[in-house]
Amino acid sequence: MKIAALPVGDSIEQIAGPLGKPTHIENYGTCVVLGGGYGVAPVVPIAKALSDAGNEVIAINGARTKAAVILIDELAKVCSRVQICTDDGTLGHHGFVTEVLQQFLDEGMAIDFVLAVGPTPMMRAVAEMTRPHGIVTMVSLNPIMVDGTGMCGGCRVEIGGETKFACVDGPEFDGHLVNFELLMARQKTYTDAEVEAHAQYEQTCKLESKIE
Amino acid sequence: MSKKKPRPKRLPRQSMPEQDPQERIRNFNEVALGYTPQLAQAEASRCLQCKDPKCVEGCPVAVDISGFIKLVHEGDFVAAARKIKETNALPAICGRVCPQETQCEIVCVLGKGKHEPVAVGRLERFAADYERAQGEVAVPEIEPASGKRVAIVGSGPAGLSAAADLAKMGHEVVVFEALHELGGVLVYGIPEFRLPKAILGQEVEYLRKLGVEFRTSQVIGRAQTVEELLQEYDAVFIGTGAGLPRFLGVAGENLVGVLSANEYLTRANLMKAYNWPQSDTPTIRGRCVITVGGGNVAMDAARVAKRLGAQHSYIVYRRSFEEMPARLEEIHHAEEEGIEFMLLTVPVEFLGDEEQRLRGAIIQKMELGEPDEDGRRRPVPIEGSEFELPVDVAVIAIGSGANPLISSTTPELAVNDWGYITTDESTGAGNIPGVYAGGDIVTGAATVIEAMGAGRRAAAAIDDYLRGQAAERQ
Repeated sequence: MKIAALPVGDSIEQIAGPLGKPTHIENYGTCVVLGGGYGVAPVVPIAKALSDAGNEVIAINGARTKAAVILIDELAKVCSRVQICTDDGTLGHHGFVTEVLQQFLDEGMAIDFVLAVGPTPMMRAVAEMTRPHGIVTMVSLNPIMVDGTGMCGGCRVEIGGETKFACVDGPEFDGHLVNFELLMARQKTYTDAEVEAHAQYEQTCKLESKIE
Repeated sequence: MSKKKPRPKRLPRQSMPEQDPQERIRNFNEVALGYTPQLAQAEASRCLQCKDPKCVEGCPVAVDISGFIKLVHEGDFVAAARKIKETNALPAICGRVCPQETQCEIVCVLGKGKHEPVAVGRLERFAADYERAQGEVAVPEIEPASGKRVAIVGSGPAGLSAAADLAKMGHEVVVFEALHELGGVLVYGIPEFRLPKAILGQEVEYLRKLGVEFRTSQVIGRAQTVEELLQEYDAVFIGTGAGLPRFLGVAGENLVGVLSANEYLTRANLMKAYNWPQSDTPTIRGRCVITVGGGNVAMDAARVAKRLGAQHSYIVYRRSFEEMPARLEEIHHAEEEGIEFMLLTVPVEFLGDEEQRLRGAIIQKMELGEPDEDGRRRPVPIEGSEFELPVDVAVIAIGSGANPLISSTTPELAVNDWGYITTDESTGAGNIPGVYAGGDIVTGAATVIEAMGAGRRAAAAIDDYLRGQAAERQ
């Protein structure tokens, strides 16, 4: 909220990174990369790297509504095909990115590699969809993190029954091995606090605008 | 009738004023309030001024203890502070967090008889605080610029003390810190009520005056590797701390509500979760909190939990009081604050509700068996002694391992089987020329002053190395 409220030209005091392990890139053949919401942002450089490595890259870019769809042109430059989806049908396919992926699979598209970055339920749905086809599927996990250097262990995720730290061991993991249920439960750790802080923030904003 | 003069009655060890326990469990302000000048002079008068002071030998950085105490006794408090600073750049911190009772005070000759040792730590703290309260903190003479540059990785106690010495020796020093604030464990780990952030801030300011440059949010090992630093700097000192939390490895440990002490303390201290929602980072405020472990970090976590409103804050420790590694003073403060000690117990399973939130722990009782390799009696589980305890927050404070961020991206750097950097003990030199290391990333979890001692030894060795390089070139 506070970041979103910064005016154009304002600055953020500090930013650290890049952190975590770099994406593993190789020539798989045909790759489908899915980005949901702002999850599209990391998909663009990965799509470019995959394309540079000789892959055919097809992108599925989804968002809530037309105004929230980002990086269409950037994706188009590095992908052979970009399919847009919106939840409300204001642009491209009316529905979820997974529906387009399902369509590709139903059409018998030979897919060798799938990458999904976006909300956890979307990544989980993608992983479940590719599992019966045995397609290598990487997902980029976003548990709650504190320092991002492996110091706190707050971002613990279970991968194939083993505990990993998403900040240093990830963030990308084999989607077929992720314990998504645990991930989603842990992501809700501070939901009540977030709601309360949000309400306080709005209250303060209202008071401030009244003073002005 | 004996004509012998009665011996002057020796003053007892002067106690230091503290916040009342019932009061302080409702705030994060410093527990110990420090000596007044009168108390400090009275305590300093107890010092025997030994010709061959044992206390100096007991200090990992060899502070001229009897020298500074003499100055306190004479009332020249500022001179006393400067005397300490000849060998210790961070006296206000050391006076607060050093385990004096196992270092300088344990060897105090006064304490060998029927008296208690001189309160060296309290006097050190007093002198440093007094100097700072006077305003202008003196900057010592800095040697002429050597033209050499040194990168320090990590701004904890090891890095800060190495930086201070190297700057005084005339080298250009740049400190890289991964977090957005400086101080390492002093800022994320040790709570405000033991070491106020303002004190740390002022000590850092002192280093800035010495010419040290600080760069925050720089994760070395990721954003830049040690190899890359070596291209820009003549030497690199790695003082990153241990920084990899250990967990118990029991069922249910990933439930919501089970946190590492690092996470719990970082949220509360560095991110000021106690001040939420005025601060942005929340924490889980448990009603019944268990902290697993018996070290200083465990005491800190249990005391933080109490201040965050826990009705019950338990220390769950698998051995007994005698084996507890925490400082006596910390255990005593925790007891005063109503921390409940569940000794000879260990959690064997964590239980969750349908939303995967922690709701309880299965605790097993232990008994002490034969001594293990480090001489402490080994805890042995008592079969069938398990019981369930309702718990909503569990903090795991059983130590840290070596964070692999630097070693994994510096493959040629020699580390031991546990991932700690292998160095020459007296110099801190690693196997790569120009690379030095010290503190917890070499020794595993230890104390602030030990890390500072390692930082100082490495600084001296780096100085030799750099001057040797310069001499070779001529």
